Amino acid sequence: MHLIVQATIGGILIGGVYALLASGQAMIFGVTRTVNFAQAIFAILSAYLSYTLFSDFGVDPFLSVLVLVPTMFAFGSAIYIVFLRRLTRSGAELALLVLYAMAIGIQGTLDYFYKTNTRVISPGYTNHSWTVGGYQISEVRLFAFLLAVVVLGSLHAIRQHTKLGRALRATAQNPTAAQLLGVNVERVSAIAMGLGVATAGAAGAVFGMVVPFNGNSQYDLLSKLLSISVLGGMASMPGTIVAAVILGVVESVVAAKISPDWSAFSFLVVLFAVLTVRPQGLFGRRLRGAL
Amino acid sequence: MTWLGRESRTRPGGALQAFAFLGALAVLPVVMGRHWQVNLLVFTLMYAGLASAWNLVGGYAGYAALGHGAFFGIGAYAMAIGTTHLGVGTGYRPFLLVLPIAVGTALAVVPIARLLLRTRAATFAVLSITVMFMVQTFAYNIRSLTHGSQGIAVPVPPFPFTTFERPFYYAMAILLALTVAVCWAVRSSQLGLALNAVRDDEDRARGLGVQTELVKLIAFSLSAGLTAAFGAVWAYYISYVFPGFAIDPLLSLGAILMAFLGGRHTLWGPVVGAALIVPAQQYFAYRYGASHLYLIAYAALFLIVIYLLPDGILPSTTQRLNRLRTRSRARTTPDLLPMEALNPRGESE
Amino acid sequence: MSALLAVEGLTKTFGGIVALDQCSFEIAPGSLAALIGPNGSGKTTAFNVITGYQPADAGRLSFGGRVVRRPDPCRLQRLGMARTFQQARVFPGLSVLENVVLAHHQPWHALLRRRVSVTDRRRAEDLLGEFGLAAHSHVPAGMLSYGQRKLLEFASVLMGEPTLILLDEPTAGVNPVMVDTIEHHIRRCHGEGVSFLIVEHEMSFVMRLCDPVIVLDRGRPIACGAPQEVQNDRSVLDAYLGD
Ligand SMILES: Nc1ncnc2c1ncn2[C@@H]1O[C@H](COP(=O)(O)OP(=O)(O)O)[C@@H](O)[C@H]1O
Ligand SMILES: [Mg+2]
Repeated sequence: MHLIVQATIGGILIGGVYALLASGQAMIFGVTRTVNFAQAIFAILSAYLSYTLFSDFGVDPFLSVLVLVPTMFAFGSAIYIVFLRRLTRSGAELALLVLYAMAIGIQGTLDYFYKTNTRVISPGYTNHSWTVGGYQISEVRLFAFLLAVVVLGSLHAIRQHTKLGRALRATAQNPTAAQLLGVNVERVSAIAMGLGVATAGAAGAVFGMVVPFNGNSQYDLLSKLLSISVLGGMASMPGTIVAAVILGVVESVVAAKISPDWSAFSFLVVLFAVLTVRPQGLFGRRLRGAL
Repeated sequence: MTWLGRESRTRPGGALQAFAFLGALAVLPVVMGRHWQVNLLVFTLMYAGLASAWNLVGGYAGYAALGHGAFFGIGAYAMAIGTTHLGVGTGYRPFLLVLPIAVGTALAVVPIARLLLRTRAATFAVLSITVMFMVQTFAYNIRSLTHGSQGIAVPVPPFPFTTFERPFYYAMAILLALTVAVCWAVRSSQLGLALNAVRDDEDRARGLGVQTELVKLIAFSLSAGLTAAFGAVWAYYISYVFPGFAIDPLLSLGAILMAFLGGRHTLWGPVVGAALIVPAQQYFAYRYGASHLYLIAYAALFLIVIYLLPDGILPSTTQRLNRLRTRSRARTTPDLLPMEALNPRGESE
Repeated sequence: MSALLAVEGLTKTFGGIVALDQCSFEIAPGSLAALIGPNGSGKTTAFNVITGYQPADAGRLSFGGRVVRRPDPCRLQRLGMARTFQQARVFPGLSVLENVVLAHHQPWHALLRRRVSVTDRRRAEDLLGEFGLAAHSHVPAGMLSYGQRKLLEFASVLMGEPTLILLDEPTAGVNPVMVDTIEHHIRRCHGEGVSFLIVEHEMSFVMRLCDPVIVLDRGRPIACGAPQEVQNDRSVLDAYLGD
């Protein structure tokens, strides 16, 4: 029992980081109808940048977030403007393939600069932890979780209380109607892509402290992200967050009780079990019908 | 009139094409007999077959399947396990396993395919690749069967050194011919018509009485079975399977790239795409070795194809020819297509 | 005589919007009925729910005397119900001929037959001839004009030999000559025993063609009867002119 509670705590904390990454992806999907197959490599890119900032300039990874978030925002928007904008008319699958290809290309570039040995960012406090009521709480993970809460909170505030947020939600609901109502859909999509990639920027910086990574770890992360998206219902933010925390917990409980080898797999089992009952995911709308 | 290579009447040239293709397949390893040449041919034919098999789902039905690496891996592991654990022996006998592996995989994927095919567009793409990750986890973790990350060494057959690759070449050639024949049969049957309708507008197709679930399932199952067959021969050829290698995301992506380059709505497009890309890929790997450059080149090529040749080489050339022909006859049919004709699948949610 | 199509208490909401509100009506066999109503009154939604494209929240549907528990487009087509869409939908990458041939329901093993069999082709060519599309039969449908697509959609629906056809705004966005063509085909098919339920905005079209006329307002039928009766109905005027 103690082990399970301990694993659950750890799972919730890491689930926060997944939630951060995945809700960026959900936002991109909601507005542009494109699954960002490069979200994982963006996180890893950010982890590498954070690694460089830490090892070469001594910048604390939590501080490097302040630089990485705007950088990745610009990067994401640029990708939308240069590559994806012109594909919107020709279907979401092409855009998805473009992003997938881009993920491969970025991995190649990272492998070129950083080589392929795994790295981990380890500032002095990585092994610190507090003991609360007999349970260990890792300092890094707690801070990572708090960072996720802050970023997700700001994202929520932007969506709910700003003009931009209204435009984002309107575009997600019905791009044509939004356009008619005077929303500049292309600009909003570029911003959504930027915000989504920026969450990868924030998540990647801290991810690199929790898990050793190299370019190839993108597949592991991508598989988790994609499962979270489908389970959460692709475009639903609350669904994505719930799914991410479920993933974190299932993964870490299975790792503790059974074997770390099966932790990723167990989540896939949960995913497919849910899908047999609800093909649209936990919070998704039904994918059926016509007008 | 050929439209994206789609044909409603049987063409007299069809038989000719088939004979030319089979003839070329038969003599190629004799003409290009060096080890590296035959090795290159083996991989070219393999990718041509993989791309054609993918095309059944990704091209004809318009479902962006990204996880065919899973079925390739299943075929490869089935072959490795068959030759090591089941004692099938060596020499030509393992080739006898290929057919049962293909049929077995085609049947085994039915339940998972039914689940996948209830989703559409992006969700389908995501789930299909998820299946691949799942199979990869199995390969890593069911150690009693797969030896985990250590992999399985398949016994090297005692073929004569000078023509060592030939049996594998001909196995790949037969499989490729079979795959192209299956694709041809699908295209020229009502199944193909139904699949194309699914690609263009699945909901309307249902409303016209097309059994969309069934036709998608048949296409997926055929595609997975053929992919597994190539995996099986591949495993015997390179005589070693390992999870990261046999179940490779890049394998599916490569096949997709080739189908796109050649023209994913056509019969020969995937073959043409493979014939262009695989030699370049092997040359690249040989010349530069480093895998990261290879990744970058792949990505760049993909972007070039999608942005400059979205319909692939074959349709672009046939379109151009048709346009010339229509212009010379001064007909009044518009020669520029409306957008939907090029990208038929509207998303409906 | 029992109704060909009967809906009872059909309800469908989208979030807060009630698109269909306890909607009930019947269509007798052989009728040429119209479903009219102001924009947004739920006509298209009624079609979507009846043909199984959208699941209803509540209500019962029976077709050809039998209750259809979970309407599904494919099954209903096989039972003899077919529809067209408000925004004409054709298969843009298939040839015009293939568009028509496709809509011909067949047992599963027919999938192994030729893409376009000789008999299918003949029937489809006849239909295309009647609709004046024969000259285009090998052109991809995506190249047709909007009006031609509407005709093609109508023609392809007929290939399945339905007993009831639901047309969603057949004349919207179509030039006047083509409106006459469409009217002619509706009359011809009706003469051959096919029943129709037509959603239409063009009132003169409805008045000269249809009987009965069902009027929908905010998801509810408010009147049903001969065109003249409905035209003089107080509540119908109110619905169209606003309260
Ligand atoms: N898919 C949908 N999502 C949300 N609201 C919808 C949807 N379809 C229809 N509606 C709403 O339902 C009402 C009825 O629409 P509709 O059936 O299209 O009307 P009509 O065809 O009579 O013009 C409208 O208020 C419309 O906005
Ligand atoms: Mg309508």
